Amino acid sequence: MAIDEGLNNELQKRGIFVTTLNDLYNWGRRSSIWPLQFGLACCAIEMIATACAKYDIARFGAELFRPSPRQADLMIVAGTVTKKMAPMVVRLYNQMPEPKYVISMGACAISGGPFRDGYNVLKGIDRYIPVDVHIPGCPPRPEALLDGLIKLQKKIDSQKIDQMDGYREEKSCEYPVPQYGKKGLEPRHNPDFFTPRLDWPEKNTKDNLRMPNYKPAPAPARAAGSPLPGQAATGGPSEQGVAPAQLAAQPPASEQGQ
Amino acid sequence: MSDTAVHSQEPQLLEVSIGPQHPSTHGVFRMNVVLDGETIVKLKPVMGYLHRNHEQLAENMSYLASMPYTDRLDYICSMTNNFAYAMAVEKLAGIDVPERAQYIRVLMAELTRLINHTLLVGFLLNDLGAFFTPTLYAFREREKILDFFEATAGSRMMCNYFRFGGVKADLPAGGMEQVKEIVKNYSRFLDEFERLLTSNEILRSRCQNVGILSKELAVNASITGPILRASGVNYDIRKVDKYSIYDRFEFKVPLGKVGDVYDRYYVRILEMRESIKILQQLLKQMPEKGEILSAKGAAAAKSPRMWKPPAGDAYGRIESPKGELGFYLVSDGSPKPYRYHVRPPSFINITILEDMCLGQKVADAIVILGSVDIVLGEVDR
Repeated sequence: MAIDEGLNNELQKRGIFVTTLNDLYNWGRRSSIWPLQFGLACCAIEMIATACAKYDIARFGAELFRPSPRQADLMIVAGTVTKKMAPMVVRLYNQMPEPKYVISMGACAISGGPFRDGYNVLKGIDRYIPVDVHIPGCPPRPEALLDGLIKLQKKIDSQKIDQMDGYREEKSCEYPVPQYGKKGLEPRHNPDFFTPRLDWPEKNTKDNLRMPNYKPAPAPARAAGSPLPGQAATGGPSEQGVAPAQLAAQPPASEQGQ
Repeated sequence: MSDTAVHSQEPQLLEVSIGPQHPSTHGVFRMNVVLDGETIVKLKPVMGYLHRNHEQLAENMSYLASMPYTDRLDYICSMTNNFAYAMAVEKLAGIDVPERAQYIRVLMAELTRLINHTLLVGFLLNDLGAFFTPTLYAFREREKILDFFEATAGSRMMCNYFRFGGVKADLPAGGMEQVKEIVKNYSRFLDEFERLLTSNEILRSRCQNVGILSKELAVNASITGPILRASGVNYDIRKVDKYSIYDRFEFKVPLGKVGDVYDRYYVRILEMRESIKILQQLLKQMPEKGEILSAKGAAAAKSPRMWKPPAGDAYGRIESPKGELGFYLVSDGSPKPYRYHVRPPSFINITILEDMCLGQKVADAIVILGSVDIVLGEVDR
């Protein structure tokens, strides 16, 4: 689809501008992303700071924060998503018109962050809605949010109108809203785009609490009591420990697949 | 409402749920409002959308490990949260704080008060309909203070700067000049801010005699902070408790007369001016050099997971920008607190919301909520 650059330059000198409909359309879309004015926690303050004078998100065309999801293109999930709030976030996402994008801002929105161990915190919003850009940090600096926005613009630039999900009729872009049941949120994640790690145990028991199902390390082949190289004589290898070589041999399954 | 309401002579009531996603709720806060026409007859706050198990997490980790979590309670003023928590643990373990560290602490606390009140005024005007213009000015000033915080603590918002028995690091080179510059220019900024706002007719007509909170009700509901002082009660923990080194500074406690939204706005402007006075005195009195961490505090910071305070309980409180922020700790002599309780000013101040909103118009409820100054990280914890 790309136009020959030399020819294009030659034409531009003569006052003729040639482009593709795809490029023109994407140029328009990426240059005026309207985010949803929607803050959850600490990161929302940095999001407002990004919109204010010093960092000025308007330089990238995304300054028009819309309070209504019907008018927004981009949802910046800025902050901790709790189990009480997650249904609202998904409902807001469903109400946004296509094409829509999601930036998950901050450690909490990505994975639960520092509050991951809590009973009421969702371990990442990408369990329920597809996320385009993850911005790590607690909270991310405004520059990081701007960088994430530029990454999103690059993604929009690379999309083709005729192949995008939002423009195809057979593809529904509404996702089921989780409900708060007896054991937390149900369903626990959206199987369409989120696959939990297979090597993580289904149920946390006392022994394997938050530990992957690694096989126990083979017993060292040396005589008991003799120290390992580079290890103090007193501290032997722990029973629960995992040999480093075995860890390297097992590549960790990716936590998120989109 | 029941089906018969249509046919009866009773006024038809409309129930509106405002939030949790709403441009004017400060965070994920929801109000269930029952309206008669435009007048509020009933208001029920719904909380818990940001409940992050702060206390439960803190009871499962060492004392020092909770320090960064306190930053995220009231995420606009992380320094004062650190201050209150550090004071509670110091009281529990009997740790002393060196002279210079005390001055740095008060410096940080007062700068945080400036940030909080400036932002609050910006957000309050946002709620009134002056969309984002006062907020732009507020954030411009906030960035100057945050630059200083970043140079000192290493982080803009989540400073995690205080330690038991002192602070984490000394001020950076050129830090004092930075503070002097901020303090010098801040009152000029406040003048500019006030010229735009204080005598503004729209602001006056929207705020005066709206959401009046009486003295008796405020005291009975244990309201603290600028809201209480706007109702005319002279209660400032900096004066009452004289914690840290606040007895060395001369400052007044601004009081309101009516207790409406306008008084709450103006008390905060005056408090900022008093904070500038404190900072000016502080910059003159502050020792040039000195320890920033006492010996006992250094021992606690060296191996935080093994550090055990003696069994007992302690309550440390400060006048945070929003009111009385207190931490109640019960220790059983183990490295983890047995009970860790936060007394958040926002949560207790928001309980009075219905009494202030009854009989007002629905648009005023947003303004009254804005004047209470809540941060949901602190309300829900």
